[in-house]
Amino acid sequence: MGRYVLRRAGQGLFVLWAAFTISFFVLYLLPSDPAALMASGGGEADQVDPALLDALRAQYGLDRPVLVQYGDALWHALRLDFGTSYSSGAPATQLVLQALPETLKLTAAALVLAVVAGAGIAIASTFPRATWLRHALASLPPLGVALPPFWLGLLLLQWLSFQLPVFPAIGNEGAISLVLPAITLAVPASAALAQVLARSLRGTLDEPYVETARAKGASRARVHFGHALRNAAIPALTVLGVLVGGLLGGTVVTETVFSRAGLGRLTVTSVDAQDIPVVQAVVVLSALVFVVVTLVVDLLYPLLDPRIDARQKAVAA
Amino acid sequence: MIPTPHRRRSLTVAAAAAATGLLLSACAGGGSGASDGGGSPSPTGEPVAGGDLTFAITVDSHCIDPQQVGNNDAIAAARQTVASLTAQDPESGEILPWLAESWEVNDDASSYTFHLRDDATYADGTPIDAESVKTNFDAIVALGATASLGSQYLVGYEGTTVTDPQTLTVDFAAPSAQFLQATSTFSLGLLAPSSADLSVEDRCAGKFVGSGPFSVKSYTQDQEIVLEKVAGYAWGSEANDHQGEAYLDTVTFKVIPEASVRSGSLQSGQIDATAAISTVDLPQFDGNGFWLEYRANPGVVFNLFPNESSPLAGDEAVRTAILKGIDREQIADTVLSEQDEPATGVLSHSTPLYESVADELAYDPEGAKKILDDAGWVEGADGVREKDGQKLSTTVTFWQVPEPLELVQQQLAQIGVDLQLQHVTVAESQAITESGDFDFDYYNLTRSDPDVLRTIFSANARNINQRDAEEVDDLLDASAAATDPAERQELVTEASRLLVQKGHAIPVYELSTIIAAADTVHGLTFEASSRLDFYDAWVTQG
Repeated sequence: MGRYVLRRAGQGLFVLWAAFTISFFVLYLLPSDPAALMASGGGEADQVDPALLDALRAQYGLDRPVLVQYGDALWHALRLDFGTSYSSGAPATQLVLQALPETLKLTAAALVLAVVAGAGIAIASTFPRATWLRHALASLPPLGVALPPFWLGLLLLQWLSFQLPVFPAIGNEGAISLVLPAITLAVPASAALAQVLARSLRGTLDEPYVETARAKGASRARVHFGHALRNAAIPALTVLGVLVGGLLGGTVVTETVFSRAGLGRLTVTSVDAQDIPVVQAVVVLSALVFVVVTLVVDLLYPLLDPRIDARQKAVAA
Repeated sequence: MIPTPHRRRSLTVAAAAAATGLLLSACAGGGSGASDGGGSPSPTGEPVAGGDLTFAITVDSHCIDPQQVGNNDAIAAARQTVASLTAQDPESGEILPWLAESWEVNDDASSYTFHLRDDATYADGTPIDAESVKTNFDAIVALGATASLGSQYLVGYEGTTVTDPQTLTVDFAAPSAQFLQATSTFSLGLLAPSSADLSVEDRCAGKFVGSGPFSVKSYTQDQEIVLEKVAGYAWGSEANDHQGEAYLDTVTFKVIPEASVRSGSLQSGQIDATAAISTVDLPQFDGNGFWLEYRANPGVVFNLFPNESSPLAGDEAVRTAILKGIDREQIADTVLSEQDEPATGVLSHSTPLYESVADELAYDPEGAKKILDDAGWVEGADGVREKDGQKLSTTVTFWQVPEPLELVQQQLAQIGVDLQLQHVTVAESQAITESGDFDFDYYNLTRSDPDVLRTIFSANARNINQRDAEEVDDLLDASAAATDPAERQELVTEASRLLVQKGHAIPVYELSTIIAAADTVHGLTFEASSRLDFYDAWVTQG
């Protein structure tokens, strides 16, 4: 088990390095110049002095060969120093850490909603005896997956903020401002989760051991919750791991629609401004979250089903 | 609840707004709805002190230091935190006293002496004296390209000489007639000397001490900037309506990136005003408890700027044909808001010393065709003209909304010119402009001084056309040294006309800054550069 965790950590480090390296070169190869962007004052300056521009490039080390810049950036990144933001002059790591809590609150709220709603719909669409009801409930997840978060967010705002002033449309003030964005993020995630869990539940309910349990006189509810759900949860857990990454990515849209500060917004503004240090810090942090979540999910499997050995799974993977 | 007519209407409009945001519709269709009328900017009434105003901006560029910012949203907040040596009358363009009571300019506009009022202080109580002004100018020059606008106004700066606490002289290596107007801008607004020692980071984060009617109370990145009034401020400029402290206790700038959310937030009272309502939503705020006010941005209007070192844009026949082949009225009538107007020159009509050269910009497709015929461009099978095997197919690079250029593209197709639109990001467009590798560039530039023409067009300055010096450059360069208004007027108008005649500039339309606000907001106005001014603003309370 210990060796397995070590190897997974090694793989995780490789993913982090790859994310850093790929994003560095992609940003470097973009057809634009951060120094020119800074010097232009957002397009208002009518004359950019080439000498000043050169000074700016030198100040940020943009005049060095790309491999030297890369080596230097990597060396600093190892110590969690991603450099100074071009637009605000603040350390990139600090900007990211400032934005992180707001995004964590949002994704955590969305995750809880998604799990509760997703599991609820999955169970509700497999448990009732009435076929029509199960079919009706089973059609909900495809609908939820298909809803564009952007549209859903605006719709919620129209109903519950602009028409009925229940929730604030903008800002990060307290739990109340978290409700609408969390729902927006949670709907597609819960739908994906419900789809997988429901399918897996249906499959499990057809398994011979379920028949055996029924034959032994176990109640409907006992079969459903005691036996089937536990086994059906494994594929859903895998999906959940992926969803966490999806939720983090989804904050770009959700934070923009709901005018919330956070990682998503920081990413958008920094990409627009070609603020390479900040973008790099965001990329590496996102990769880190993904690596950790995947690892945690994998370590959870044996707890759900003792027949699964983490080492075996690792070999198979 | 039975919907009132007002509510039903707002629901329809709001739904339309949501739908537009969704479809990212290519058709803006602005200005088509009939105006309700009744929108009265700045309703009358006796100003009352106190109250808070919330204003939506679209983006946080992560810096609110007035000496560094260039982005319009950042400027909206930063402008309120600094006073300037001079102010500019929005109506006449005249330069008025602010922190400087009077000034003298030498004959060739290379030396400026300012006499400061003796009672003004920075927000921390330190006096605004000549030494502190020198510290400011020296610091802006030291910031260099980071202070993109300010350092440009100080090109050729030789230094500031302090004669006595109330008198200073700024010297330039060459004539710089634009400097007096530049002293009225936020970029040369004054910060307490202690702020010059702050790091770029701290300055950006709003930790500077300003000289204006408001100071930074808090700044939360990507969320909001809160300004509070400076107690005891008593040195308002003559360009404003009142003296003494600002009326508002606080002004909060909320960052709202999504256009339909800004509209909905204004409609539902979650914000009080904004300058960024989308064209389709504007009519809904004209009356109905709201008002609209607008002002054309002074400076260079939206133009196609030819890169004359490229073969096609270097051909005067092609340039002048394009100039005549654009129907500016149609663009203003169909794709722009009611508040935007067709260009009548390189400069917008709100720029000091502006004079219309609209006769040069009349829509004349037949004339355009004749120019191209005469130059040997003959129509090919696909309607695009050709000459010596080369197609008359050229590109324009831009990052702004595409609708006006899409219409230009259609209009030019009718005279046999194929204009390809190259829509890029802001960052890319900067890099392309910098590289000089383009046929036509497209943008506008806000500056309330005609010197903006010289700085971008003169072969001896930025030379956006990438061309050799010619007659127009003598006029432009002379205008930088002209201190006599009549003489400067003549030079500017003549240069404007020549720029258009030769097709060095192809003006399209004048962009306006448009404020939409609730009826409870009063006195929110524009300064001469069409920047927002919150000093005279007040809100109805209760």
